[in-house]
Parts: sequence; C-alpha cells; structure tokens
Amino acid sequence: MPDALVEVQDLQIHFPTQDGLVKAVDGVSFSLDRGRTLGIVGESGSGKSVTSLGIMGLHQGSKAQISGHIRLDGEELVGAPPARVRELRGTKMAMIFQDPLSSLHPYYKVGDQIVEAYRIHNDVSKKVARKHAIDLLGRVGIPQPGVRVDDYPHQFSGGMRQRTMIAMALSCDPELLIADEPTTALDVTVQAQILDLISDLQSEFGSAVIMITHDLGVVAELSDDILVMYAGRAAEYGSAADIFGRPGHPYTWGLLSSMPRLDRERTTRLVPIPGTPPSLIRVPPGCPFHPRCRYAQLNGGRSQTEVPPLLEVTSGHLVACHLSAAQRTRQWALLSADKVAEGAGQPVLQGPVSPDPVPPGQVRQGGVET
Amino acid sequence: MTEQTQTPHASPAAEGSAPAGETLLEVTALVRHFPVTRGIVFRQKLGAVRAVDGIDLSVSKGQTLGLVGESGCGKTTTGRLLTRLDEPTSGRIVIDGHDVTHLRPGKMRPLRREIQMIFQDPYSSLNPRHTVGAIVGAPFRLQKLKPPGGIKRSVQELLELVGLNPEHYNRYPHEFSGGQRQRIGIARTLALRPKLIVADEPVSALDVSIQAQVVNLLEDLQDELGLTYVVIAHDLSVVRHISDQVAVMYLGKIVEVADRSSLYTRPRHPYTVALLSAVPVPEPVTSASGQRERRHRIRLEGDVPSPLLPPPACRFHTRCWKAQQICRTQEPPLAELAPGHRVACHFPENTGPPAESKTAT
Repeated sequence: MPDALVEVQDLQIHFPTQDGLVKAVDGVSFSLDRGRTLGIVGESGSGKSVTSLGIMGLHQGSKAQISGHIRLDGEELVGAPPARVRELRGTKMAMIFQDPLSSLHPYYKVGDQIVEAYRIHNDVSKKVARKHAIDLLGRVGIPQPGVRVDDYPHQFSGGMRQRTMIAMALSCDPELLIADEPTTALDVTVQAQILDLISDLQSEFGSAVIMITHDLGVVAELSDDILVMYAGRAAEYGSAADIFGRPGHPYTWGLLSSMPRLDRERTTRLVPIPGTPPSLIRVPPGCPFHPRCRYAQLNGGRSQTEVPPLLEVTSGHLVACHLSAAQRTRQWALLSADKVAEGAGQPVLQGPVSPDPVPPGQVRQGGVET
Repeated sequence: MTEQTQTPHASPAAEGSAPAGETLLEVTALVRHFPVTRGIVFRQKLGAVRAVDGIDLSVSKGQTLGLVGESGCGKTTTGRLLTRLDEPTSGRIVIDGHDVTHLRPGKMRPLRREIQMIFQDPYSSLNPRHTVGAIVGAPFRLQKLKPPGGIKRSVQELLELVGLNPEHYNRYPHEFSGGQRQRIGIARTLALRPKLIVADEPVSALDVSIQAQVVNLLEDLQDELGLTYVVIAHDLSVVRHISDQVAVMYLGKIVEVADRSSLYTRPRHPYTVALLSAVPVPEPVTSASGQRERRHRIRLEGDVPSPLLPPPACRFHTRCWKAQQICRTQEPPLAELAPGHRVACHFPENTGPPAESKTAT
C-alpha cells in the first residue's frame, strides 16, 4: 500500500538482559491508513506496548536492538537520527499513555504542560499557546476550560486527566495517534466518554489511531483492523469483522471464549486458556502458543517444531496457525456452539495448571496491567 | 479433592450449623464516614467523606453477592467493614448470628476464621520475603491452630486445591505469575475454612485468559466447600457471571439490588441502565455498507460527584437524564418494585411488562 501512513515491516525489538535476549517483538508487520484505527490486542508481555514505543522512537537510549522497518508517511524511522524522531514526535505522531496521573507532572498546571508541548514544536508566544491550550481543553470536553487551565493535575478527576493527555497529544495535530490502554485506569462510564471522544476527534482530525488494549470490547468499539499479538508475534491480523466474526487462531478463540459477555446468555462456565503466557527469553519452539493450545495435537506435532507462518486465509485476514481451513472452521463452530472441543477441556481444579513458574532470578515479563 | 483437614474449631454459637438458604450475613444501616480535619493542635472537623452512607445487605449461605459500582462509590470500604478491617461509624453487621459491629480485636480474632478476604493486587498482598509455605501457613500460626498432619501438609493440600504444585512450598512469590499469585492468596484465604469470603476485585489485576481460570476456580471452590461470597468488582460482566444477587452502589448508597437475571435483563435504576450500556461489547457494529458504527449507549455526563459533599436527595440526579424537581428534594427509598428487586428511584426504567426489556441479556 503506497499511501499508508504507517508501515511496519518485520519489526524486531530485542532487549539483552543478564538472563538472555528478551525477544519482546519478533517480526511484526502491519500498515495503517489515515482515518483508520488499528487495534492491537494481547496479554501482558505480548509485546504490544513495546511495539508502540518502538514506533514513537522511545527505545532510544535503552539497550533495545531494533531491526526491521517502521515507515511513517514514507520516512524510515528505524535508525533515523534521534533529533529527527524527536521532531516528528508530537507533530506527526503522538501518544496517550495508560495512567494519566503518572504521565502528568504534578508540579505544573495542566495548561502549562500543554503549552510546553505546543511551544516545543511551534514558534509562538506564550499567550497564543495558552489560548490554544484553552481551546484544546474545551474541545476535549473539560468544562470551563478558561478556569481549569490553571488547575493542577490533582484537581482533575481521572477522566479529566485522560482528556488533558488527549488534548496534549492533539496539540500539534498529529497524523498518528497511539493510545496505549487509554481507558484501563478509568471507570466504565468514563471509559465510554473517552472512547467516544477519541472516535469523534479522529473523524474531526482524520488521524490514524493505534489502539493498544487487552480489552476486546474496547477494540471492537473502535477498531477497523485488529492485530492479535502473542509472545511478540502476530497471531492473527484482519478486519474487526474477521477477528470477531470468523476468528482463525486458537489464541483468539481463547480470548473470546474466556471472557464473560454481557451481550450473550450467561454461560455456566468460562473456557479459560490453560497455563500462562511464556517467558520471552525462552519462547517455546514452533508455534509459541502450542503449550497452551487445545488443538496442538491435531497436526501431528508440527506445532511443536515448526513456526507457523502468517498466511492469508481470506483477503486481508492473516492467521499464523498450522490448523487447516477445514479444521479451523470445524473447531470454531464447535467452540462457539458452547461445546468443549475434542481433546480439549482442562478443568482448573485438575491438579497443577502451570507447574512451571519463572526460574529464580529471572525477571518476568510484564506485570499488572490495569 | 482434599478432605477437611483442619480440626473444626468449636462453633462459638449454635446458629453456626444452620441449613443452607439461611442468611449468613446481615447488614443494616451501615455507615462509614471518614472525618476530614484541619490543624494539629486545634483540630477542626471540616466534614466527612461519606464513603458508605447507610446500606442494607443480606447474603444467604452458599450464595454470591456481587457489589458493583464505579471507583469512589464505597464498595471497597464496604468490603473492609464486612471483614471488620475498618470500624463502622454506625449500623449493624451480623455474621452467622453474631453481632460483630463493634467487637474488640481480641473478641474478633476467633471470628476471623469465619470471614476471610481475597485482595485485588496479587503483587502487594503477598509478602515478597516469605515463602509460599509461610504465607499460606500464616493463618494457622496466627490462630494457633494445629491441623492434623501438621501445617506443612495442610498447606500443600491447600496449594493443590487451588491448582498449584504442592512442591512449590518453598518458593517465593516473585517466582510466580500474577494468576498463580492470586491462587496463593486464595489458598491462604481458604486455610481456615471460612464461611464467608469477601473478594475485593479478585480478577481485575489479571489478564483476560487468566481471569477465566480464577473465576472458574472460585466457582469450583464454592461448590466444593459451600462458601458464601461477597464479590466486589467494577467489571459488570464478571459480576454477572459469578453472582446470584447483585447490588449496585453509587456514592455510598445502594441504588439497586436484585437477583442476577432480573438486574441484567431488566435494570430499573437509570444508573444501572447507563452502567450496563457503557460496557464495551466484543462484537463490532457495522452498517449495511460495512462501515464501522457506534453502538448506541447512554452517555452519562461528567464524573461521580465528591463523596465529601454528595448531592442532596437522590445522589444520582446531577447526572441523570430523567431527573425532575422531586429528585433534588426528596430521597427515593430503596423500594421493592418486583419480588426481590429493590430500586431507589422516583422514575425507574423497565417498569412495563417484561417484553419491553431494552437491554440485551
């Protein structure tokens, strides 16, 4: 796609640690047009945040080893000089972080923080910048922006802080907005407000949005395309209709069937994904999901040895799984009919679920992500 | 699975062995105000945060009560009051026939075997310098109980019960993942075979796939050990899955209580209706032309008001789209609008015949 705003190709982000190389992102590709939203879903440690930080160029200065391509509007960002990335950051791409309380400076007024961000990239007087800040605060729905601009972050509620972060991110009209779990720290009614706001602003500014979240509901509300990540790799990539209507990867099935849903009849029992996400230092050989996969045996051990390539199953819908199309259709039909598939079903109480904790001394990837 | 290994301690009162269906927990007019003061020498009382402002609850044996609400609505404070980790300002808490409202710590201690808590954050609720064995065995030591076969054996049985490897007795919490840590916390909670477990956001710190494991574990344990749960959570879908009864809290008050199906199919309080419509549904809405569309939902304006100065009369009137004059002047009582369905609202929703139900089930 020549006119894609963002193009990520075979992105690899590895961190050398004392215990070995952490392959946080291991060959991820996607592209995103203006005005579209890409949802990246995955569990803690699946590499979704590392990917977004990589696009923003925020791994500079860390030991991260980045390879592959990230092109923003045709410009290569991997290996670009830090000064250039810094210039783009804010003007062309901006990010909203998960926790608005820790991303706002408690000592400075919210208005001043927006003014600072704006003046770094625009040569304007403080007065003009302040007017712009008030304007932005009003636009993201802060009541009485002319008064609240002089408030400190602690005087704002969680939802208002997140609105402020959005105002700051939008201050230079970025073409790409990355939202990393923007509503995880918020209550459900406030979450609904923020999601509506992001969606309104997107249609107003025509920017591309990358929405990173673990909440499939949030992704379904906002995304056009969805990338499901597991252990640093893409498990499945497709349109929202594909992922929710015809999911092709057992991991996506697992995510969908393990969550209780308000839009369906209550099931008597949730179907969890057994085990825990793998260590990114010792990613299981073959398909990284095979130790937790209920269907790994169906293909005569290929899952254990061969890494499944990300292949197109229907136009624009890519799945990295060894299951054949027929197997996939059959198993998903069984699962969605609320039946436990053959060879599946591992009741939680049946002995140790995952008798393999992280070896001593090794840092577990990811932590609490709420 | 493991049999009851611990000596059943003498039940402090005869009511303890009541049949199922009987009320285990009864809370009346429970209030907790946190005073806000100023000055050190001359203390002035400026007001009070009305965290819990007069709530009534009752839970039958073997049942699960879900307590939902947004942050700051007082659900966690309620949980801490039920477990008597906090002192109520007024009201009455009766657990299994014992009035525990103002029991002194020494008197409370034997009763603590009956009421245990599961905490939200499995990272901060386990001491990082204690082994799993020490953590799960702590209740026995604190209560000076000697289970038959020794503490170590009981702990290992508990670990097995919650799906952990008993050989991990000597490991430290950092060697486990979030879901496994939450299981350790649950094993500790179960050590003394409590009757009532208050679980404060038991799964909200966990990944989706792990959440389901822990939810299933809690349900299995309930069936197996006949536990009674009070589950505090903000996730309405998890609460629906796990609860028999659901109470919705807003600013220190209960605005609606009903059994699960009644609350989720025919919510009556406007706040509950708004809360349910705000939950993102993992099913994209697309128009005929395949374009992404926005789901219809009730947009509540603004934030929850401060519990320091809650709005007079109906506390929800500042954000309610149905508010009338009466909502600002007269507090609606928690009235029973249908059998077992109590609502505190002057203009409840979904009052027509059941066919009119608007909310998806």
